[in-house]
Amino acid sequence: MDALVRLDDVRKSFGATRAVDGVCASVPVGRVTGLVGADGAGKTTLLRLMAGLLAPDGGTVSASDALGYMPQRFGLYEDLTVAENLSLYADLRGLAPAEQGDTFARLLSFSGLAGFETRLAGKLSGGMKQKLGLACALVATPRLLLLDEPSVGVDPVSRRELWRMVHELADQGVAVVWSTAYLDEAERCHSVLLLDQGRLIYDGPPKDLTQRMRGRSFAVRGIMDRRVVQAAARRHVGVADALIQGAAVRLVLAEGAAVPAAAELGAPQAVVEPVAPRFEDAFIALLDRHGGPVPALPEIVHHPRPRGGAVVEARDLVRRFGDFTAVDHVGFDVAPGEIFGLLGPNGAGKSTTFRMLCGLMEPSSGVARVAGIDLASAAPEAKQRLGYMSQKFSLYPDLSVRQNLDFFAGVYGLSGARRKAVCGAMLDVFALGPMADTNAGQLPLGFKQRLALAAAILHGPDILFLDEPTSGVDPLVRREFWGHINTLAGDGVAVLVTTHFLDEAEYCDRIGIVYRGRLIAVGSPEEIKASARNPEQPDPTLEDAFIALVEACDREERS
Amino acid sequence: MIRLRRLWALVRKEMVQIVRDPSSIVIALVLPVVLLLLFGYGVSLDARHVAVAVVVPEPTQRTASLVTAFANSPYFEVEELRDRRPAEDGLVSGRYRGVVVVADDFDAQASRGLDAPIQVLLDGTDANTARLVKGYAEGVWAKWLGYEARDRGAALAVPVNAETRVWFNEALESRNFLVPGLIAINMTLVGTILTALVVAREWERGTMEAMIATPVGRLELLAGKVIPYFVLGMGGMALSVAIALILFQVPMRGSFWVLTVVSALFLVGALNLGLLISTVAKNQFVAGQIAIVAAFLPAFMLSGFVFEPSSMPLWIEALSHIVAARYFVTCLQTIFMAGDVWSVILPNAGALLLIALVLALVTLKRTRKSLE
Repeated sequence: MDALVRLDDVRKSFGATRAVDGVCASVPVGRVTGLVGADGAGKTTLLRLMAGLLAPDGGTVSASDALGYMPQRFGLYEDLTVAENLSLYADLRGLAPAEQGDTFARLLSFSGLAGFETRLAGKLSGGMKQKLGLACALVATPRLLLLDEPSVGVDPVSRRELWRMVHELADQGVAVVWSTAYLDEAERCHSVLLLDQGRLIYDGPPKDLTQRMRGRSFAVRGIMDRRVVQAAARRHVGVADALIQGAAVRLVLAEGAAVPAAAELGAPQAVVEPVAPRFEDAFIALLDRHGGPVPALPEIVHHPRPRGGAVVEARDLVRRFGDFTAVDHVGFDVAPGEIFGLLGPNGAGKSTTFRMLCGLMEPSSGVARVAGIDLASAAPEAKQRLGYMSQKFSLYPDLSVRQNLDFFAGVYGLSGARRKAVCGAMLDVFALGPMADTNAGQLPLGFKQRLALAAAILHGPDILFLDEPTSGVDPLVRREFWGHINTLAGDGVAVLVTTHFLDEAEYCDRIGIVYRGRLIAVGSPEEIKASARNPEQPDPTLEDAFIALVEACDREERS
Repeated sequence: MIRLRRLWALVRKEMVQIVRDPSSIVIALVLPVVLLLLFGYGVSLDARHVAVAVVVPEPTQRTASLVTAFANSPYFEVEELRDRRPAEDGLVSGRYRGVVVVADDFDAQASRGLDAPIQVLLDGTDANTARLVKGYAEGVWAKWLGYEARDRGAALAVPVNAETRVWFNEALESRNFLVPGLIAINMTLVGTILTALVVAREWERGTMEAMIATPVGRLELLAGKVIPYFVLGMGGMALSVAIALILFQVPMRGSFWVLTVVSALFLVGALNLGLLISTVAKNQFVAGQIAIVAAFLPAFMLSGFVFEPSSMPLWIEALSHIVAARYFVTCLQTIFMAGDVWSVILPNAGALLLIALVLALVTLKRTRKSLE
């Protein structure tokens, strides 16, 4: 088959980090090739090598000159209109002026941007920006299209459209490289290059990798307490991975292991039935970085809390910025021991809602109460009971891991032997011991997130606010995270979490879907999914349900 | 190689951005006007209405005439005191910038035709004002002595310090001297800071990465920045010159074409310095900091705009020779106040050309079509 990119033993290092470590691969025409891996796996570096933006330290890269490249932030000029961006890239890529009119018309209708020609790129939504970025990359009809994480920050509806567009291009003979950290996207590619720590660990159709897992994926259904079953499954020797999925627990068995009996999983009445394997199952099995059992959280963090009524209350919350309503009459409760997820595209109002609840921002109207106290009126004792992990890394980059923990313990009033004990325990639990004296700013992303979670919970809060806690960490660290979060929820901690990973929303007891500032649905993942069930979609995924809800909301808006 | 259509596309893009993004207009056109107005009206090297205490322990007709002489001076706001103590306290607290103490036997000495001594106490914390007050006070006193002597029909043997007159002349012209210097500062702002910032902004927003991935060459990339900001810079220059000539009535003794050529040379150098900075600094904050330290502060301090380089320590003066603004300020002051003095303009313009060429070459060499 004709290859538009050939990589032969390509190496690239930045300082001591081997970003790309001996990759051999090729990209065929007429296919969508997924460049899949966790953050920091080397995807962007490899793409930039293909685009000629970086020179390899070793090996050879040969790629077609007729390439279109869309960087992570789309490369759009926000002060320029849609049409001006297109014509800039057309001129730069040498598209003859006579052809521009037809090409623009075709690209605009292809990307659904017709009618928006005079809008500034900066005023487009995330999904529209991305389509414009794609259109700009396509302007000189490239034979090779390189897309760097095109689906980040884009709502599921736009994401679906983008996949349709990309497959259409592949059918026309374009070689598309799509880099992504979302493992569910890998399954939509014809072929996958799977990267881990700069090395290529799999090259081939995603199905072939998934098929290796046949007979190893199971679902445990009909259970009372999902977290008890998950915890039991995790302890079971034959189980490589156990994940909550709505009301069920999904198991991936270790190679050659027998199917565990329901009783062994602490749920004698449950049914263990085989399910189709997913790409993620194979990915986890392939990475095989399972360490020993994770040490338990220290007693100050891990202890039972009183149960009872709601501890987080949002009542009719409204927040306006000028004449823009970011949060529009949002209301929900979170009870002790409950994990409540706020789900929605970027800019929907999740973070604003979150900030009002944490007392970081005053609502325009409505009430935000935590532990019965209105946080806007600043009550330090309420904040003492609250743990907060922000989306951005908010620790001190120039302090070491140990100093950061020590500082946050001090801030929350822990002193002497207690402080020492807690910090020591956190280093153990989060496997930060070996890098205790490294400056926090120097840590790899996954470890930064671990440290951030450790700092947010070390004072044993009763209420935990997590803003996109797992963005940018690999699936293994995400599992570890959720293990801790589940433990805390089991202790009676109320957890409010925002996420844009739809599969993560499945771990929540209840989710609220935020769209254009409004809470358009609240319920358990099963209830949300059920709401989208129809003859066409007998078994909708959470993403299907999400899209159905958002589309219904848009229809309502229009009429 | 430069392809005109690509270059034009880049230039047009930049122009549209300049028009749509108010921050570049603010830096290029509003800031220079504000600086000009601020320095033109607010800052001048002369002092007027300086609060001064005159201590007269024993008032007589003669002392009264001296106090009147001080009070009539436009430079002083006079308060007459009997006692020295409150005057000194006032000097300490900053109420007075100077204290003139008339001797107890002033009248007696003056009538005997001897010296008529006064003592001037100055607040040295502001050395410039102190020097001015000293000069003015000496001037008033000398003048008064002259009148006094004439009244008595006798020449007075007091040496009149002719140097004090320099301050007066200077005060009248300080604006003429400051405004051309300011124009150089404005050009530095537009040239260096603006280009450094706009390129850093492209790195920050990820558009530079997309640019590099297109077939655009580095010469086109650089020219695509230099051309629009050259036009903007010359616009800022024209605006500054118009304000200088119309609002501040600065004389224009040289010719406009010399002014244009010299400004163009300086601006090309400044633009290239900005581009050079942007090859190192890839976010706007760092780019701004470096541009201020590498271009704005030297232009302010070492160009001779306010502080004369020849009165600086030797090594700092040596340093000022690599500051392009120094040559530009000299050219501007000459063109505005003296005319087309070729013996001054040619060597300075030559230095500007050399600096511009060196910076352009280094920038071209340092610019890579790569992310490293």
